[in-house]
Amino acid sequence: MSGLANHKFSIVVWIALLTMPFWMGALGGYTELAIRVVVLGLAAMALNFLLGFTGVLSFGHAAYFGLGAYGVGMTIKYLHPSTPLGMLIGVVTGTIAAAVIGALIAKRRGVYFAMVTIAFGQVFYFIAFRWNNVTGGDDGLTGWRRQAIDLGLGKLDISRDVTYYYFVLAVFAVSVVAMALLIRSPFGRTLVAIRENERRARFLGIPVEQHIWLSFVISCFFASLAGTLYALLSNFTDPRALRWDQSGNFVIMAVLGGMRSFWGPLIGAAIFVVLQDYVSSQTENWMSFIGVFFMLVVLFFPRGILGMIKRRASA
Amino acid sequence: MSLLQVRGVSKHFGRLVAVNDVSMTVEPGELRAVIGPNGAGKTTFFNLISGFFPPTAGSIVFDGQDITKLAEHQRVKRGMARTFQITEIFPELTVRENLRVPVEVAAGKRLSPWMTRATTAKMMERVDELVEMGGLGGKGDRLVGELSHGDQRATEIMMSLALNPRLLLLDEPTAGMGDQETYNITRLIRRLHRDQRLSIILIEHDMRVIFHLADRIMVLAEGSMLAEGTPDEIGANEHVQAAYLGKAA
Repeated sequence: MSGLANHKFSIVVWIALLTMPFWMGALGGYTELAIRVVVLGLAAMALNFLLGFTGVLSFGHAAYFGLGAYGVGMTIKYLHPSTPLGMLIGVVTGTIAAAVIGALIAKRRGVYFAMVTIAFGQVFYFIAFRWNNVTGGDDGLTGWRRQAIDLGLGKLDISRDVTYYYFVLAVFAVSVVAMALLIRSPFGRTLVAIRENERRARFLGIPVEQHIWLSFVISCFFASLAGTLYALLSNFTDPRALRWDQSGNFVIMAVLGGMRSFWGPLIGAAIFVVLQDYVSSQTENWMSFIGVFFMLVVLFFPRGILGMIKRRASA
Repeated sequence: MSLLQVRGVSKHFGRLVAVNDVSMTVEPGELRAVIGPNGAGKTTFFNLISGFFPPTAGSIVFDGQDITKLAEHQRVKRGMARTFQITEIFPELTVRENLRVPVEVAAGKRLSPWMTRATTAKMMERVDELVEMGGLGGKGDRLVGELSHGDQRATEIMMSLALNPRLLLLDEPTAGMGDQETYNITRLIRRLHRDQRLSIILIEHDMRVIFHLADRIMVLAEGSMLAEGTPDEIGANEHVQAAYLGKAA
């Protein structure tokens, strides 16, 4: 697909995102659903920075997503009722955890890397699950709300879903542009080089472990940012936000949409969220439908939905 | 001062001795060939020099500094680059994208999150220069995986060259090539050696290529050094004829 076609597709995506609250209702959706698409889309794109553009599979990204979620919730509940401060603490916590864990696992490859990320992820899940009097345990962290943001000139009230949607979209836009610029930078090209041929990358003078570590930390930074937005959406978080099946959902979204394309994971997240919302209103076993759908896509469109559309467009 | 001094290196894999107490000194601007029958330990010897794995015994001095314990990327930074027996490239990227990575690494940009337009233009100028030098003009925007074997080899050599090395290690650069491709690669190597005074160590099976290019030849057999000398000396050496040339002819 040519650069121009890519450019056109990006414009379509941005227009769709900017107008989503206005047409979501007509399609049987609602604003909260639109917010979930954008937030989980950000998480899946963050994962894909590592998976699609560095070639490293993490099965533990929910840990950093969840640390962001608990970080913002606990800050607002216990420390200071400020949304930006809560988000900052959530993101810093998630990123520091990623920096430490990343340093321990950057030498592992393939399935070993994936297994170790699950293991570390489950550690955080059990902490959230067991530490009842602080995290709320299995019942989740309640008793806090997202707060109006003081912009200096006035207060931005994000309590309404539509205002919160545009706040989330603004954070999403800044994050996505930052990731796109990184991927197109010399640093981003070293990551793609590692994905394509690690041995060659090494003998071109790239310290592969250092670059994978950095990519992991950047990816987890954006995943924990998405986690803060997710908790703020429902003024609630529970241990499932950090559990391994949530990590698996991020991987499914990325693969479903197409992990070799920049926007693929967002498309995957949209399909996942809408399908989940619709099917779960019909049956409790919604995950089996997602599972079948996922298998069909992987079998017939191995490059994901967007990969398939791109191929059609260039053929 | 010698550019490379390999001092009595050995490599054991379990009970197998792949390289046994081999020493070698390469002067700046020299083109050294390493020959020997299959399984003689040539590629293992290369892997020791380039840092693929550490030697069991012995040491390696590059440009006056002991590099025995350095990782491969640190050796690259000090001016050593290599190619592989089986071509190692980025097949799903274009020729120019393949070359752009080492050009930017060599310019110290590997961690840069952004570049100015002027710097980008300078990098791409260097990339295009390498495309031309490698005889890949007109193929710069093709995916490397779709090119001929010879063009892939040329791309790999140019990627190594993009790092501005002082020592280039080439592992069987003409393996699996037809006559015309072999001729092109040989001419490229000779130009790098003659015009740019680049030091090169070459593993090769094709005797025409070796006797055409090499200043000195080292012969390995069963992990040990059998002989070392000028092409004429090696051609006249009885041990070499018995162990290697005799069998090959």
